Amino acid sequence: MLDIQRSLPRFNHMINSALISSALTIARGGTTVLDGIDVHVHHAAITGVLGPSGCGKTTLMRAIVGTQRITSGTMTVLGRAAGDPSLRSAIGYASQQASVYDDLTVLQNIRYFASAVRAPDGDVNRVIDQVDLRAFADRLTGRLSGGQRSRVSLAIALLGSPRLLVLDEPTVGLDPVLREDLWSLFARLASAGMTLLVSSHVMDEAERCDELLLMRDGRVLTQDTPGALMQRTGTDRMDAAFLRLISGKPTG
Amino acid sequence: MTLATAQRVLTQLRHDPRTIALMVLVPSVLMVMLRYVFDSAPVFSQIAPALLGFFPFLLMFLVTSITTLRERSSGTLERLLTTPMAKLDLLVGYAIAFSLVALAQVALAVTVSLWLGLDIAGSVWALVLIALLDALLGVALGLFASAFARTEFQAVQFMPIVVLPQLLVCGLFQPRGDMADVLRWFSDAMPLSYAVESLQRVAGSATLDATYLRGALVLAGSAALALGSAAVTLRRQSA
Repeated sequence: MLDIQRSLPRFNHMINSALISSALTIARGGTTVLDGIDVHVHHAAITGVLGPSGCGKTTLMRAIVGTQRITSGTMTVLGRAAGDPSLRSAIGYASQQASVYDDLTVLQNIRYFASAVRAPDGDVNRVIDQVDLRAFADRLTGRLSGGQRSRVSLAIALLGSPRLLVLDEPTVGLDPVLREDLWSLFARLASAGMTLLVSSHVMDEAERCDELLLMRDGRVLTQDTPGALMQRTGTDRMDAAFLRLISGKPTG
Repeated sequence: MTLATAQRVLTQLRHDPRTIALMVLVPSVLMVMLRYVFDSAPVFSQIAPALLGFFPFLLMFLVTSITTLRERSSGTLERLLTTPMAKLDLLVGYAIAFSLVALAQVALAVTVSLWLGLDIAGSVWALVLIALLDALLGVALGLFASAFARTEFQAVQFMPIVVLPQLLVCGLFQPRGDMADVLRWFSDAMPLSYAVESLQRVAGSATLDATYLRGALVLAGSAALALGSAAVTLRRQSA
């Protein structure tokens, strides 16, 4: 009886998490990029991964989608070990560099990846509308602006309605209006049950997240809701809160 | 999915007409040069069949290794490997797409050669088949070799390593039986030697014999082996 009670919170934690890592360590070419990190990401919510460039955000994301080999520790994604073949149809991933074919049109790119992820008919049109690229569907992807190209990449990640969406800096190079549109889209996807992990180094985007994971030098500084973080650090702006956490100044 | 990949590769090419023109025309232009290097139709007829097999092999190897490397550096390869797509779907899709380009390339080069006075005893179709298998082998080896190249600069360096030694020992410069033992053994192990043997049979005899058939089978088998090795060296995870 006692045992069950003791393990209950832990059990709750597990079923509420889309993603759990424990002592996750990744070394690449002799340098430790991720140093024993523990994270848990809630289902049907937006979790922001924030931190200066080079802090390990991209490596963490690549470990989640299964393209990065794990040195030690564990990473469980949707109840399975990261890299498990069954996860390939459950995760949508857009890397920081827009991974698209520049010598295909927007539509041709999306159609091809739709067949790779075995997305249902109609998905192609749905994702084009979701990222607002209808007017550019027949343009050659290489001729688009940086922001438009990254939206093509995002559209591809949305194909097949994955349960987990991993987006590495999806709003880089976008104007404020488009950025706002995308964050509204993320919020709609989360409320429809999708789990989102979104990295950024723009602190004002942090407030759009349900939870934040602040990283620095391959470690997780803290994981909490934006409100709680600002309260703890006694600031009303995320960048100030982050700076306080980094410098380790006493809070308040 | 295999066909979707083949179609995608061909669509990419369609947006790059200059590359298509180069791929289709270059072997034919080289055959014209060859004809007037010898300036004699009978000598041309002796050398041309072997080169009709070699040029597609060389060009397809180059084109494939560069294309695959571009796919790697643009991040699209990694992206595809995060999807449920099978690795062989991708590789075979590439092989189909480039084989179709090779078909156009070989068809034109053979037509031009015939017009230049190429005179062979055997069937033109038997010649085309070996040339196509050569091209397919070039594609498969290009896919395999690109796994070992980090940059396009390195990929280009594989051309002299993989292709030129085979050219030297394939029997075109010197009958294979007259080579030093070590090189003859090496030549026995290289698929291009069998291609040249088959092409010389087509040129010299009206009937298809066992030697011709062996060459075709060796080429097809080597291409399949190279494709399989390419699938094994294509990693979904990197360190």
